[in-house]
Amino acid sequence: MTVAATTKTGVRPSWAGRRPHAPTWVGTVPFLAYVAIFLLWPTGIVVVDALKNPNGAWAFSNISELGNPLVRDYFIGSFKLCLLSAAAGAVFGAILAYAVASGDPDGLIRRLYIAVSGVLAQFGGVTLAFAFLVTIGPVGLLFHASWYFDFPWGIGLIYTYFQIPLMVLVFMPAIDGLKVQWREASENLGSSAWQYWRYVGGPLLAPAFLGGALLLFANALSAFATIQAWENQIAYIVPQQISTAMSSEVGLSSVNEASLLALGLVIMVAVVMTIYALLQRRAARWLR
Amino acid sequence: MAVAAAVDEVPLVTSSPVTRVRDRAARDAVEVRLEGLSRHYGSVVALDRLDLTLEPGQLIALLGPSGCGKTTTLRLLAGLEDADAGRVIVGGRDITRMPANKRDMGMVFQAYSLFPHMTVRQNVAFGLRLRRVGAAERDQRAIEMLELVGLAEHATRYPHQLSGGQQQRVALARALAIEPQVLLLDEPLSALDAKVRAQLRDEIRRIQLEVGITTLFVTHDQEEALAIADRVGVMRDGHLEQLAPPTEVYSRPATSFVAEFVGLTNRLAGEVRDGSVIVRGCTLPLVERDTPNGQVVALVRPEAVTMASDGAPESGPLVGTVIAVTFLGATSRVTVDLGDARILAQFSTADAAALTAGSRVALTIRPDPVLVSASSDPAVSVAGEEA
Amino acid sequence: MAALTSVGETPIAAPAGRPRGMQAGRRRRLNTFRYVVFTLFGAFFLIPLLAMLRFSLEGAKLGTWSLSAWRQIASYQGSGIPPLLSSIEITLELAVITCAVMLVLLVPTMIWVQLRVRWLTRTIEVLCLLPLTIPAIVLVVGLGEIYNRIQRFSLSALMLFWIYVILALPYAYRALAAGLGGIDVKTLSEAARSLGASWFTVIVRVIAPNMRQGILNAVLLTFSLVLGEFTIAYLLLYTNLQVELYSISRNTPNAGVLFSTSFAALLFAFALLMILSYAGRGRRRSRG
Repeated sequence: MTVAATTKTGVRPSWAGRRPHAPTWVGTVPFLAYVAIFLLWPTGIVVVDALKNPNGAWAFSNISELGNPLVRDYFIGSFKLCLLSAAAGAVFGAILAYAVASGDPDGLIRRLYIAVSGVLAQFGGVTLAFAFLVTIGPVGLLFHASWYFDFPWGIGLIYTYFQIPLMVLVFMPAIDGLKVQWREASENLGSSAWQYWRYVGGPLLAPAFLGGALLLFANALSAFATIQAWENQIAYIVPQQISTAMSSEVGLSSVNEASLLALGLVIMVAVVMTIYALLQRRAARWLR
Repeated sequence: MAVAAAVDEVPLVTSSPVTRVRDRAARDAVEVRLEGLSRHYGSVVALDRLDLTLEPGQLIALLGPSGCGKTTTLRLLAGLEDADAGRVIVGGRDITRMPANKRDMGMVFQAYSLFPHMTVRQNVAFGLRLRRVGAAERDQRAIEMLELVGLAEHATRYPHQLSGGQQQRVALARALAIEPQVLLLDEPLSALDAKVRAQLRDEIRRIQLEVGITTLFVTHDQEEALAIADRVGVMRDGHLEQLAPPTEVYSRPATSFVAEFVGLTNRLAGEVRDGSVIVRGCTLPLVERDTPNGQVVALVRPEAVTMASDGAPESGPLVGTVIAVTFLGATSRVTVDLGDARILAQFSTADAAALTAGSRVALTIRPDPVLVSASSDPAVSVAGEEA
Repeated sequence: MAALTSVGETPIAAPAGRPRGMQAGRRRRLNTFRYVVFTLFGAFFLIPLLAMLRFSLEGAKLGTWSLSAWRQIASYQGSGIPPLLSSIEITLELAVITCAVMLVLLVPTMIWVQLRVRWLTRTIEVLCLLPLTIPAIVLVVGLGEIYNRIQRFSLSALMLFWIYVILALPYAYRALAAGLGGIDVKTLSEAARSLGASWFTVIVRVIAPNMRQGILNAVLLTFSLVLGEFTIAYLLLYTNLQVELYSISRNTPNAGVLFSTSFAALLFAFALLMILSYAGRGRRRSRG
């Protein structure tokens, strides 16, 4: 739709019918407002709160509280658990993704696994803890794993249950992006299967793999429900401590603690996600 | 042997890539024989007992429509697929059961085969790396290959930074870098622009001749096949219809399929009488002398249709109105409506200059031997289109 | 961000037409690998689910079978005031409301942005993916104030939908973006407008029907998310399905009804996904 030439005064004329039009971005206002209120505002509250004293004064030094040994323990706990479940999830998820992707693109197995992955990746944490409790817990049907209530092993295994499907969903596009011509060209030039993976397939998939692992890491950092249902007496990881701080009745100071921990968590996740985004861009360029 | 000594003793820097590859190819220029190759996918027969021999140093082009089996043949030769029956013999050795990565053949794919995470030079050197050639030597050989295809200054670029034509040249360099016994090209030009296609086609032929390597070239574009091959194999439904030098395939097609697939053809109703066929008043010799008398469809090339030299008779079986003149450069194609049929003629542009849509013109058919097919088509003459 | 393999989507990896073969030996090895992988992973994923199913069918005495846990779903009183059934109802209603609000908010906005406000595309994308970086556990710390205000209007747990829509944004956005990317929005809308359609008609009756697959995907992901959400409901002191299950488990760790309900929820989500997957394929076939 062309705009007619401007009038002499340089004012943009209105449409025929002389109805003045609002700028087009106005149409996005409902969405932007919604997000501002329910996403940006709460986040702002958390950030501001984390940097304030109980009596309301600014205290940027609060950040140093994150170095407090007690606080640090929660972060270390989070880190251990997330590293374990991300590594296991990434490796096994990649293997499973390859097995699924190398089959018939339209076949039943692929559909089945994608559907299953979709459900399991969102599998409510509470329910998942129950399932494992009756599988390898104290009255477990399969056997009783003495390490079931050990941190991070027992809970790490449970996390892996939803990490693997997530990895399958994230990694499969990368495997699909591996062109069959590369494999054939490589073979034609004399490579064995292992050499192909070492020189061609592996390097090409590496960014996507690492990216997937990072996504899994960030995903695990944010998880709360699963570990809460698994064992809620001791707080091992940051989300649990946030919950404790929030429901503790020691007044304002606990809110600050929760906010501070939350801020620390967000920073950690943000860093991981940024690296992830960069890796994805590289992977996309090669495997488009 | 002087040549062998030269390769072993003289520093690599002084032997050009062409010489080295040619020397090796000349020593080892191999004969490739495909015997009774068959392949099917479920109920679809892709290849039906194919027999094909490539003489050492020859370039054979396999030509045909989609699904005719030409790509399957190539892939069987490369070892990327297994034959259900038959043998593949290269240089006297039966390699039918040999896996693809041991076959010592260089292959150029239609598209997308360059490794995107490696530079051009790394791509070309890849085969050498697999053969445990030292880093310095393989880089040098890679650069020499790139010089052969004219892309040495792009050595440090990545594939996505190159044009389609350049990528295919790199693919060619990569295939030749390993100094293979056989070169395989799977429709290497199909994904490229027309102009680039023509240029690259000639270059591929030039390099192939210089290097002297036995080559199999698969294409669906007949112009390509005719332009560069020593022999053209026209395929249909899994078998070879004709295997002959390009001029022969064009002017003496063995079957009507070949006649219609390669070049344009007029299908004209005619009658066979005693060893000749009478088509619209002209008596033409037959390719197959002992065709029984009767009604047939004769296949006449447009360039065999010329303008009648004596004046412009008012009527006759080959007198009609020009419908269209298509300017092709040196020649022009003229479509003429003969009343009950249409005919396609090809004249030099000078001769066609006087013709426009609506002119009356009288034609005649040059007495070249023609193929006939006892087709059930009535007297419909339609210029066969290129597939 | 990542291209996620969505349910119902077939990648463009394998070209249609003539089948491409593979060397027999390699195919054999590949198939063996695949079947081993599927068996192992299948077992890993199925066993906890089966254990859960077994426990849900447990009778009064150990080792016996009974459907009582399933019958109890409707009648279980639970630990607190709301019985189990009402929390199921609330959660389902919540899911429906969230889906509806999400669609009304996102679909018009995304279409509008693609048509008239392209320069906001990146911004919208970032905002929609932000909840991945600001996890629920962090958001909830800052949500206290906002929900205090909301609770002046309504104490119902249904009010959770406000924040659930935000949680669903990343998944819904990606699904809708994929659906939108597959159609030529500009041409369709111009054609409709030239025939006299209002913007409302364009969005609702022209574009949206062509995004069916994407919309279905988005709805499904949102639904699963709401069904499995625990953290925010728990920390804001509401009761939804997962919270109710959690509190039951705190009182009666092996109550059969925990497992029957969980299993039922899982089956429900899975059935939805399979239907979606096949609905998507049917649609594509008819178009091809």
